[in-house]
Amino acid sequence: MAAPRSFLWSRRVFLTLLTVFVLLPVYVMVSSSLKPLEDVSGKFEWIPSGLTVRPYFDIWETVPLADYFMNSLIVAGAATVCSVTIAVFAAYAVSRYSFRGKRLFTVTVLSTQMFPGILFLLPLFLIYVNIGNATGIALFGSRGGLILTYLTFSLPFSIWMLIGYFDSVPRDLDEAAKVDGCGPIGALFRVIVPAAIPGIVAVAVYAFMTAWGEVLFASVMTNDTTRTLAVGLQGYSTQNDVYWNQVMAASLVVSLPVVAGFLLLQRYLVTGLTAGAVK
Amino acid sequence: MTTTAALNAGERTARKDDPGAAPRKRRSGRLRRIGLPYLLLFPAILLELLVHLVPMVIGIVVSFKELTQFYIRDWDTAPWAGLDNYKLSVDFDAPVGEALLNSFFTTCLFTVLSVGLCWLLGVAAAIFMQESFRGRGFLRTVFLVPYALPVYAAVITWSFMFQRDNGLVNHVLHDQLGLTDSAPFWLIGDNSFIALLVVSVWKGWPFAFLIIMAGLQNIPKDIYEAAALDGAGVWQQIRRITLPALRPVNQVLVLVLFLWTFNDFNTPFVLFGKAAPEAADLISIHIYQSSFQTWNFGTGSAMSVLLLLFLLVVTGAYLWFTSRGRKVTDV
Repeated sequence: MAAPRSFLWSRRVFLTLLTVFVLLPVYVMVSSSLKPLEDVSGKFEWIPSGLTVRPYFDIWETVPLADYFMNSLIVAGAATVCSVTIAVFAAYAVSRYSFRGKRLFTVTVLSTQMFPGILFLLPLFLIYVNIGNATGIALFGSRGGLILTYLTFSLPFSIWMLIGYFDSVPRDLDEAAKVDGCGPIGALFRVIVPAAIPGIVAVAVYAFMTAWGEVLFASVMTNDTTRTLAVGLQGYSTQNDVYWNQVMAASLVVSLPVVAGFLLLQRYLVTGLTAGAVK
Repeated sequence: MTTTAALNAGERTARKDDPGAAPRKRRSGRLRRIGLPYLLLFPAILLELLVHLVPMVIGIVVSFKELTQFYIRDWDTAPWAGLDNYKLSVDFDAPVGEALLNSFFTTCLFTVLSVGLCWLLGVAAAIFMQESFRGRGFLRTVFLVPYALPVYAAVITWSFMFQRDNGLVNHVLHDQLGLTDSAPFWLIGDNSFIALLVVSVWKGWPFAFLIIMAGLQNIPKDIYEAAALDGAGVWQQIRRITLPALRPVNQVLVLVLFLWTFNDFNTPFVLFGKAAPEAADLISIHIYQSSFQTWNFGTGSAMSVLLLLFLLVVTGAYLWFTSRGRKVTDV
């Protein structure tokens, strides 16, 4: 089909403008992270006049960024492992068996995704504080407490996406496994999980990304020692000054792992994300 | 039912490899099939109860209590407030209710504009990129960057760009293009609504793009070929084939975007901090502030419950209308 000029020109103009819009903050992030503080505090310059990599060394000193990094890694990692593991079993049950209450379960899982995070924040806060008072177990401010709160969004999401992935694994494979003497759990781990590995990885990356970027729970439920990156990055602004070059350098450093992971796995992620919505 | 009733513990533990137990084996398999789904679901159900149901019940209970900072350490002892928290929230003549109502309207306007723009950009980009051209794969990756960046890193960068004195936005608008007389504030005052909208669209449109692209793949190519044979131009094909075919995808997409945008906390929180300017005071931030800044958890919970009711009603109505519409068009 030969596209007319009007189409080609609209496409060119639109996509160019959109690319500029999308990449503008990325450019600001990169260029500002390479400026000395006096440059980044003055008028914005498109081309940095004095290039320096100092901010990339200073970020670790100004705030304990490495600790925050570790906290984020532990919390997001544990939330991901927990939710994906539990979701694998649940999704297998929903995808392969019919049982009483199946619809209730899937509808509940689906509908919790629409609930605002703020709805769970207050009660979870109260529960943690009260458990702490009653038993001395400090859930509030602990990594464990944060991991549990992160399951509020990562678990239903993982279940929902994995059901879609497991449904797409042909049932003949299960039957073949059963003929070969596999029990139901054997069939899950020997046939379905390997066949759905791209989907499971996609779900894991997505769960990790959402936990890595979460702000609301992290800002209420953490203390000095368990602070995650989402809260820690605010430490670069003091009463008098904001170390913008360091903020930008730190933003870039903390973004790299998830952006790299996402772009590497984007093909799987895209099919996974869309499988549920488009069906 | 009789078969399950006939099963006893001995049959349940029947050895699989016992050649003489063929009929019993089948029966014990049936029991396992009935119990197994629940066993598999058990961890998920337990956690769902723990992180969703229990907090929700507590949230509803608290909304009927007078829970201030004095009772936080032991919320159970807080005095009952009856409907006071709800009355306070919906008394639109008093400061608390008025502020909530303003925040609600701000959120509605913000959501409509943000979802609309995200959808528009997503659809346009996906349609323009439906056919391959040089650099399409690269652009696709570029367009997913806002989606992949952690919210706080991306939004902090935007807040730097919106700084009055050293930000890129004022540098371009005022210094380079001369569009404004003086450098305006973007993060306080009325402009903050625009700033929030720009960031929200920047962050949200790639999701629309992704979903629409997937939807486009399901449209059979021969429809376009047939239309081209009949003399339909590209623009006509987009209007007559592409957009109608995207309808079911759009219905899901718009709902998801609506819920995310309406509940968004992260973007305004990172952009403005704990107290958003009045013009950009979204409902999540407002409830957060009502609860954690003034330590009035009872009122905050009542507001959360009202928000949930609103979302349930809107979602229910939306699903009802769209599914009804679909039936009509399908016939």
